[in-house]
Amino acid sequence: MDLHGFGPLLLAGTWITLKLAFVSLIFGLLIGLLVALAKRSERLWLRAPATAYTTLMRGLPELLLVLIIYFGITELLLRLFDWYVEISAFTAGVAALSIAFGAYAAEVFRGAMQELPKGQVEAAQALGLSPWAIFYLVMLPQLWRLALPGLGNLFLVLLKDTALVSVIGLNDLMRQAYVAAGFTKLPFTFYLAAAAIYLLLTIVFMQLLRWMEQRANRGYAEGRH
Amino acid sequence: MDWLWVVSDWLQALAAGHEPWESYARYFPQLMQGVWLTLQLVVLSGIAGFILAIPLALMRVSDRAWLWVPAYSYIFFFRGTPLLVQIFLVYYGLSQFEWLRQSGWLWNEVLSHAYWCAIITFSLHTAAYIAELFRGALQSIPKGEVEAARALGLSHRQQYSRILLPRAFGMILPAYGNEVILMLKGSALASTITLLDLMGATRNVIARTYMTLEFFLLAGVLYLLIAAVFIGLFRVLEKAYNAHQHAVRLPLNQIDPQLRDEHLRQQVKEDRP
Repeated sequence: MDLHGFGPLLLAGTWITLKLAFVSLIFGLLIGLLVALAKRSERLWLRAPATAYTTLMRGLPELLLVLIIYFGITELLLRLFDWYVEISAFTAGVAALSIAFGAYAAEVFRGAMQELPKGQVEAAQALGLSPWAIFYLVMLPQLWRLALPGLGNLFLVLLKDTALVSVIGLNDLMRQAYVAAGFTKLPFTFYLAAAAIYLLLTIVFMQLLRWMEQRANRGYAEGRH
Repeated sequence: MDWLWVVSDWLQALAAGHEPWESYARYFPQLMQGVWLTLQLVVLSGIAGFILAIPLALMRVSDRAWLWVPAYSYIFFFRGTPLLVQIFLVYYGLSQFEWLRQSGWLWNEVLSHAYWCAIITFSLHTAAYIAELFRGALQSIPKGEVEAARALGLSHRQQYSRILLPRAFGMILPAYGNEVILMLKGSALASTITLLDLMGATRNVIARTYMTLEFFLLAGVLYLLIAAVFIGLFRVLEKAYNAHQHAVRLPLNQIDPQLRDEHLRQQVKEDRP
């Protein structure tokens, strides 16, 4: 495939795509974990907003979320506080993608928390551990193993959703392919090249996730017959 | 859709010149036309994708390499690349080929229209996901049922058309509902190839009114309502199709004919602790 010298541009875009995906992953995991804890809470004022968040955000198109945050937040701050804050496409992208990722991740974390045997938490309580210590020492290390398959799938979805941020002008892989296609008048070539890079990233991360899952489950590998 | 204008007139009268209500009233019909286009995109591509998914899934579960390798590659491509890339590949990409542009009807009536490009892309995209659901279901049908079908002397073809595919369909119904919701969210990308679906209509209206937040939120509410309708429909469908699995628990005397007679009922009660 002849890229007419646009190869480096596509690679630069790939780098931005990866940065966007990883930064959103970190914030998304944090949101997901906190929301999952809130959903399990006994207090209604924590549980109700968390449930509303996961229900609503999973029904909204990610593109709408990206646009609301990029165009809407500026207007909101201007109206409410008379601040003019211009947010960059990258920031808006991270916010939108981590909010969307968090809603799904919360469900994965909640499922994983339900899989933890109840006796372990009770045993920890009986030992006199504080709620924070129970979460940090007993639940969290095991959550990783239980939630990893679900989170892995979500990350692959996130990686593809980063392409949406190109709509608001972030110079990611998709946007650079668009620029190159416009310049050379070879749209098929460049969108196919972008597709190939996305596929390659997917393959690499799938392998990585498989390795991570094996590693997370190494304590259980021998026990099964 | 004349009633939209009636609703709109009514809203305008109610607002009587007050912003933002006047704007809502004036642009509400445009948003509803967007909703209509979004529904068309989702339903048509949902049906086409489903039809396409069945042969794909059958190829995918085959033992022969020349059957499963193409199906696997197809599914892998469509699941591994962003929908935005796919829709751009079809709408902008295909114009790169001179012979395709000279192909007459196919180009003039189908591939040069954003509408058909969106439907084609969404169908191909969702087919890959549905095929993967079907594969999972076909492989998890209890072995006994497959053996029973074979023991009845059904041919390979009959086994699939009478037993295995209907069974797999019942198994994937809930997941298929999720896939339709994902497709609904994905359909917003149609706005990037100039279509005025709900997302496109909203952006159009915002470009005229500068009421960014209001109309984006309104679009969000409409998307959630559409999603709720689809979820409800699939719940009804699932209940109807898998009725045998959610059998209503009838009182014992309606099931057991013995228990219909008064004098027997007494005796049975004594027999059963």
